Amino acid sequence: MSDLEVGAVIAEQTFTLSRDTLVRYAGASGDFNPIHYRDDIAQSVGLPGVLAHGMLTMGLAVQPVIDWLGTRGVVTDYGVRFTRPVLVDVQDGATVTVVAKIGAILDATTRVDLTVTFADQTVLGKAQVQVRFS
Amino acid sequence: MNPELQGRVFEPAAPYLVGREKVREFARAVLSTSPLSLDPAAAQAAGYSDVVAPPTFAVVVQEATLAQLLAEPDGGIDFSRVVHGEQRFSYTRPIVAGDELTATLAVTSIKSLGGNDMVTAESTIVDASGAHVVTATSTLVVRGEA
Repeated sequence: MSDLEVGAVIAEQTFTLSRDTLVRYAGASGDFNPIHYRDDIAQSVGLPGVLAHGMLTMGLAVQPVIDWLGTRGVVTDYGVRFTRPVLVDVQDGATVTVVAKIGAILDATTRVDLTVTFADQTVLGKAQVQVRFS
Repeated sequence: MNPELQGRVFEPAAPYLVGREKVREFARAVLSTSPLSLDPAAAQAAGYSDVVAPPTFAVVVQEATLAQLLAEPDGGIDFSRVVHGEQRFSYTRPIVAGDELTATLAVTSIKSLGGNDMVTAESTIVDASGAHVVTATSTLVVRGEA
């Protein structure tokens, strides 16, 4: 496959999160920690305001890889470190950008490395997806 | 945090039946546009019995086991100071609607680092036949009292 070269960018996508996005994720995931929908509670624990669930950021960041993969294979491994919070402004929301690159071509799998940024800083560390082609 | 948690294996959590509409709801919530997760006909055309869960859906199944860990009477984990440090999912096969999944938690590591405690909890998730589907591993950071 011509796009399978180490370093090749296979997908790039921008996601806009609003407070509604967080409420929807809270309901779908069952994570109702109020720091994800109440500024007063977020501030009471020392945060500037409401932040996105780390698992929401992790969940959306892999979607460009899923779209790229389509029915050609499956994700076998996906791991991230949560390094910085994504603050979601009540008016403007938050814009998260994902760039997915081929990181390594291994025997059984291909590793895709994700760079996930918000406000010009990466928010996930060592975000790596292993895919296996069928 | 109680260092004796290291190596502890918990009772399996109650089985979780993966529903089609739950998968679709979760997929929309992580901004998925994948027909495999949203459209049963597309999933079936690709050889799956029903819609395919997004890779991070396993966290929903894992959640019951993390609740066990946080509720452990001698665990000493203060939930209000817990921050999610790392997360990983290692799949044998994707989760598909209709799966009945059972998760079993093991605490694989407890560390202290710079005044914080770190606990790594591994939830092994198997299907109704007992076959491995995914292992979900969380590293939780319990911030020290400043």
